[in-house]
Amino acid sequence: MKRIYFDHAATTALDKDVLGKMKPYFSDKFGNASSLHAFGQEAKAALDESRQKVANILNCDPLEIIFNSGGTESDNLAIKGPVLAAFRDKLISKPLHIITTKIEHPAILKTVKQLEKLFDFEATYADVDVNGLVNLSQLESEIKDNTILISVMYANNEVGTIEPIVEISKIVEKHREKRQDNGNNLPIYFHADAVQAAGYLDVDVKKLGVDMLSISGHKFYGPKGTGLLYIKKGTGIEALSTGGGHENGLRAGTENISGIVGLAAALKSAQENKEMESKKVSGLRDYLTQNLMKKIDGVILTGHPEIRLPNIASFLIDRIEGESMLIKLDLKGIAVSTGSACSSGSLEPSHVLKALNYPPEKIHGSLRISLGKENTKEEVDYFLEVFPEIVYKLREISAL
Amino acid sequence: MKKDNKGFGPYNQKVIDHFTNPHNYGVIEDASGVGSVGNPVCGDMMKLYIKVEKKAGKEIITDIKFKTFGCAAAIATSSMITDMAVGMTIEEAKKLTRKDVSSQLGGLPPVKEHCSNLAADALHKAISEYEDKRNSKL
Ligand SMILES: Cc1ncc(COP(=O)(O)O)c(C=O)c1O
Ligand code: FES
Repeated sequence: MKRIYFDHAATTALDKDVLGKMKPYFSDKFGNASSLHAFGQEAKAALDESRQKVANILNCDPLEIIFNSGGTESDNLAIKGPVLAAFRDKLISKPLHIITTKIEHPAILKTVKQLEKLFDFEATYADVDVNGLVNLSQLESEIKDNTILISVMYANNEVGTIEPIVEISKIVEKHREKRQDNGNNLPIYFHADAVQAAGYLDVDVKKLGVDMLSISGHKFYGPKGTGLLYIKKGTGIEALSTGGGHENGLRAGTENISGIVGLAAALKSAQENKEMESKKVSGLRDYLTQNLMKKIDGVILTGHPEIRLPNIASFLIDRIEGESMLIKLDLKGIAVSTGSACSSGSLEPSHVLKALNYPPEKIHGSLRISLGKENTKEEVDYFLEVFPEIVYKLREISAL
Repeated sequence: MKKDNKGFGPYNQKVIDHFTNPHNYGVIEDASGVGSVGNPVCGDMMKLYIKVEKKAGKEIITDIKFKTFGCAAAIATSSMITDMAVGMTIEEAKKLTRKDVSSQLGGLPPVKEHCSNLAADALHKAISEYEDKRNSKL
């Protein structure tokens, strides 16, 4: 059976050219970049070159890039690192405060919750509107003199909504200046999780105005287990993994050279082709969305209708449950994902769709399609051919 | 991915068969009893209809139909319990438990065991609704 992959927000296939660039660094150029001999220098050269490549894309200094194992590790460092540094610098006169949103990835939410649980710590989870856009005036009104970090995702992984990062960084800058005027020496930082965004959107950190930015290789045809955190010079941050002085002392551990080479190559390729790829994939996505809405009644497109990633189409299908749809589609060879309670290990419906204010029975029918560069119109047509039958059959059985 | 008769992900092939081709779904218009239950764990819903007829002094479930809004395990257990209960006396059917259904299906993934509650509860509720109606007629 033909297999069709519509789950690129989960992960993507490693690009063959990227793989080619990685290959020498497994068995041939295997040196440890910290070694002084030729083997080490070979690895060091690849590491430096990759870092420069990424710095050119992010428009930052190479030393501001910390390579690591992916989005989760980046998010953890972005949140815990400044908190540890505030302890180190004895800047704490009252509990620290972090502001984030209700629709962040668990890598952010669980990390903030862990701090709340273990320490005397305050957290605010800002609301979003029905389209998934963060409430800016609420976000701003929540900033207090003990707020150390604001973390808002660049684009959401379930519904694809793109958050107003530039506007938020302006708000943060305003409060930073105010704080200086008031003699409050607690820093206030702005972090954005760009894990879903980096494949399609501008990641120029100067334009975005962020202090930290998380990126993960496997979301744009790079290798799994690779990622980076951009950390603006001057940001107070402590390492989470300590050991040798790798990555500017912020991430100890022998560098994964093949992975870093792959991450840099994949990011470069994604960023160079983003206009063209966005146009192509959003055309396919809109074709899918329009025809799906035509063929089936009781379908809602979630997320912002325009301010969204080009590759994600997320739906709520009335009266049927997501896991059932997912399995039936998989039996037809089509891979998708869902935010239904039944499909999650915790049996909790998607926290993102809940934050968008959809009732639980609607969230039950959640279906996420995330397209990628290898998808074709023929594949979308095949989906449009088999999916309505699946919906009719499940609705025929449905108790609603 | 479906590999020849090896089931699907966490589900075995029998569960997948009942899920993809459920038996006895639908509505009985003149049902003797209807059991309607919601699953408090994840919010699913099931309606189970039974037709009870007296045969040789015994109250037999002669027809049974279900409607389920839920996951693959919920649909498969709904289908399975209808197969098991049809032809039973109501006393026999009352003894059917969620474990009976799940073991008849060859087991469910641990996180899905709770789905079989839906089927067992709906059946028991349909029977008690039938008994209430019957008793009020006495
Ligand atoms: C928005 C977002 N943040 C963080 C992550 C975690 O990234 P990784 O899988 O590289 O740890 C993901 C991916 O699942 C994501 O979509
Ligand atoms: S009924 Fe929801 S998990 Fe099965």
